[in-house]
Parts: sequence; C-alpha cells; structure tokens
Amino acid sequence: MKLQQLSVFLENRPGHLAEPLELLSRQGINLLNLSLADTAEFGILRIIVRDWQKAEQVLKEAGWVVRLTEVVAVDVEDRPGGLAEVLQVAGRADLKIEYMYAFPLRRNDRAALIFRFEQPDRAIAQLKGAGIHLIEAEELFAAVE
Amino acid sequence: MLKERWNDVEGGFHPASAPDFLPEDKLREVQLRRLRAVVKRAYDNVELIRTRMQEKDMAPEDIKQLSDVAHLPFTTKLDLRDTYPFGLFASPMSDIVRLHASSGTTGKPIVVAYTREDLEVWAEVMTRTFASCGLHRGDVVQNAFGYGLFTGGLGAHYGAESLGATVIPVSGGNTERQLMVMKDFSVTAMCATPSYFTHIIERAHDMGMDMRDLPLHTGIFGAEPWSDAMRTHIEEGAGIKAYDIYGLSEIIGPGVASECSEQNGLHVFEDHFYPEIIDPETGEPLPDGEEGELVLTTLSKQAMPIIRYRTRDITRIIPETCPCGRTTRRFRRVGRRSDDMFIIRGVNVFPSQVEAALLQVEGTLPHYQIILTRENGLDQMAVEVEVTPEVFSDKVRALEDVRAALAKAIEHIVGIRVGLRLVEPRTIARSEGKAKRVIDNRSL
Repeated sequence: MKLQQLSVFLENRPGHLAEPLELLSRQGINLLNLSLADTAEFGILRIIVRDWQKAEQVLKEAGWVVRLTEVVAVDVEDRPGGLAEVLQVAGRADLKIEYMYAFPLRRNDRAALIFRFEQPDRAIAQLKGAGIHLIEAEELFAAVE
Repeated sequence: MLKERWNDVEGGFHPASAPDFLPEDKLREVQLRRLRAVVKRAYDNVELIRTRMQEKDMAPEDIKQLSDVAHLPFTTKLDLRDTYPFGLFASPMSDIVRLHASSGTTGKPIVVAYTREDLEVWAEVMTRTFASCGLHRGDVVQNAFGYGLFTGGLGAHYGAESLGATVIPVSGGNTERQLMVMKDFSVTAMCATPSYFTHIIERAHDMGMDMRDLPLHTGIFGAEPWSDAMRTHIEEGAGIKAYDIYGLSEIIGPGVASECSEQNGLHVFEDHFYPEIIDPETGEPLPDGEEGELVLTTLSKQAMPIIRYRTRDITRIIPETCPCGRTTRRFRRVGRRSDDMFIIRGVNVFPSQVEAALLQVEGTLPHYQIILTRENGLDQMAVEVEVTPEVFSDKVRALEDVRAALAKAIEHIVGIRVGLRLVEPRTIARSEGKAKRVIDNRSL
C-alpha cells in the first residue's frame, strides 16, 4: 500500500526528459508509472519502479537530484463517484493531499490512484478505517509487469 | 601559548616560523631596513618606479621611517601589463631562475620573475604557511593547485617539501583520481581552491564515499575569496579543518599571509611583505582596524620588487594581538575583491553579496552563476542556481517557494529585480582553478 516514488528535478527544456529515462532503460529498469509536474522553467519527474534502490543509485551516480517519497496506492471503483468517496473520507479525516495521479492499472471495474499525502501513515490508518481498499506494492507490480 | 605541534612536541614550532614571533620593535626594525633597501633597488633598476618617484620629487633616502611608505607611488595591475613582459625586472635575466605568468582575463598576461634567493624566500613563507596551519613532517600533502605558469602549484609544492611533508604533485583536475590518491595514499592535507574542493566533496558524495572516514585532516585553501559559511560546509563535509591562505603572483604567489590555529584572520609574513590599508577612492592610508583596500610592498624581493601594489582586495587589519602568539599583524579574510564587482543599473554588486543571500536561504552554498545581459538598452541580471538534494522537493509549490525565496534574498541585497532560474546539477561549468561567477554578456 505504501510505494516508494522517485522524484527527479528537470529543467523544462527540449530533450531533458529523455536523459534520465534512457539512463534507466539502459540499466534494464522498467518504469511502472511516470507522471510529470511542470512549470514554465522546471519540471518534476515522478516515477515508480520495482527496484527503486537501484534506480535511485543509478540516477544519483549520474548526477541527478533525486528525492524518495512515500506514496499510497488506493483502490478506487471505476465508476462515477468512485474517487469522490475516497476524497470525502480524506476530507473528513483532514488528510492533506499534496497531489495525486492515476496508475495505469485496470482490473474489471476498479482503478488505482496514487496519492501523495502529507502524512502517509495517518492517511493509511484513516482510509483503512473507512473501509477503503489500499493496494499492496507487490499486487500493483505483479498486475503491470 | 603556541598551539602548533612541531615534530610531535606540543608547543613547538618549525624553525622557519621564528620571524612570526619576533618582538614588535624588532620586526619594525627589520621592516624599515628592508624597505629602504628594496626602494633603493627598485629606484636604481626599474625605470617606471624611478620616474614615478622623481615626479614626486622623492629619492630612496627619503624613506626615514616606516610611515614614509605612504609617500611612495602605487603600482597597479595595469602597470604590470603596460611593462609586459620584463619591464619591472630589477635583475638581469642571468640572475633570474624562474618566470611565472598569470592569465590575464583581457589581453596579455602579466609576467613575474624570481632569483634563486626569491625562490628561497618563497619556500620559506610557504613553509611558515603550512606550519601555521598545523602541518609538519609526516603529513602527506596532496597539492591540487595547478602546476605550470600559475604560481599556486609550485609555490605550495616547494613550501610543503621544505617543511618536510610528503608532497603529491597531483595538480588540478581529474576529480576521481584526486579521490583515489587521497584514499590510497592516506593523504592528511590537501591544497586546492575552495570551489574545486567543494566539487571534490560533491563528487565523493555521488560515488558513495564519505570523506570524513579518510585520514585527511587539513585543507589549505586559497586563490579566491570564500565565505565562512563555505568553510563550515567544507569542514563538515570532509571532516577537516579548513584554512585560508592568501597570496598573489604579483607579490610572490601563495605565501603572503596565512591563517593560524585560531582561524581568525590571516597573519601577513610581515618581514617580507609590508601591508597597508588604504581608502580605495582617495588612496589615503587608513589606520589599523578600518576597512579598505589592501596594499602590499615586497620587502625582500630581488628580481621584481613591487612597491605599494594595489591588490583590489577589500579587508581590514585586526589590531588586537593574536592568541596564537604570533606578533605579525592579521587581516580579516578577504570576502570581496573590488575588481570582482560589477555595476548593474548604477548599483555596485559583489558576487559575495549574492553568495551571502544564497547561503542565507539554503544553509550551504549551491553552485551558481550570475549572467548579465542587456535587453533593449536595459541591463538584466539573472542568477542560475543548481538544485541541491537539500532543497529539492517532489512538490512543485515547495520548489517554487525555494526559487522565490532565493530571488527575494538576492533582490533584497542588490536592490534590483533578478531573474532566478533553478537549473539541473552540474550544468554550471566547474572550474579547477578560480571559479568564474559572473558571465557578462552585455555588449557595451
């Protein structure tokens, strides 16, 4: 349910996204998910891989600035209002969401969303308490690999 | 009170350091005798100095006391350029055993010369430099100052050898090899520019190496201004004591002044170099304790005696006696050079001011570069700052906050709007010698 997300600082210039991705691919590291947050001048590449220790080391050795963040994979019903339920729980429990993005995983009528909570451990406890299913890292990896 | 250890004797000091502890009246006596001799030598052998003294109606005999130095004409970097290559030499080439040259940023370099005796003095003052930074026989010194025309490499080299230390003449560059040598040869002390050493720490960190685990205990840093915060960063990052040394090719090279165990001001090797502080605008001498431009006169140089050289370094003499026991005067660490300064929209800006702002926000000094451009007749100042792991965040807003805080801190000091760009690590060129902080793309 808790995943290690790697964030990499990029300048927002043509070609700059390719470099770290090619580096990982040369090392045989498979990207399970990628999301990009950007401003006019810089971007933050956020990636999830199975072997995050190796990916972190490879990136750092090549000189990239990398940050490791714990994110939470939430199981959401793939129907109108599915996400709203999760957000209501989060709102009631006063869980601060820094950002979120979808994980490319669909199993019948269910979707996976990645949440970056300010306090992941508290979020996990609250969501579980409200009966929301959180996806284990292994389950997530197995489903996309 | 001596804190140095010499040959494992607590409180002992290297015999070469004896002049550092002369009683003050004795020191002034030596200085006056040498000043009179050097002025006479310059007057007799260097046309430029003779002409300038004659214009002021001065003869060497007019130097009766030390304070008469203030009547002598200044020498500037421009004079060294104008007399390129050999115009200020006071010895025939047959007595000159070494030439060095400093890279001029514009046009011709300047050339400096040494007789055999000058080289002996240079080795002596560098021996005293290393001794005052706590080094002694048995230390293994990795010298990353550049060897060649630059005075840093050979100057430190002969000083460390004459101290009795083991010298590794690795010169600048090839950072991975520097680290390999440092580790495999059990290096205990390193000479480098502070910006290059910061780069070495960074590289070690990337290679998964903790420099604090190495036997390295002392760093001897010079050739460019650096801040106290940068010292803390270096001392903590490498687990060493970092000492500031001072020198310039025009005077002798490294070995003009050095910190001692107190790390509070640099002692001038006053028996060889006479320091003054002047008002940079009026040229008038200032009393000890007041801030101004450092002016140096060589007291024992043979090949190239330099009278009242305008260093462009801004500092002040610390009037209090030093707890280390040295009687030689100290000046405060040079934080800024008046020729590093640039003027933008009528405002004088020193890179050290920008550095102070960056430090204030980040806690440690990131790599940065100032870029000046002119757009539609208006000067623009941009600062590129490399993102460090310490300030990087996975949240866009947090990074925007860092960017804004950096821009605001600089604007607060400089007083004009600056463009601040966060850039990827290692995008700003690293220097193996003096760091280049300002890129001026204004076509004037």
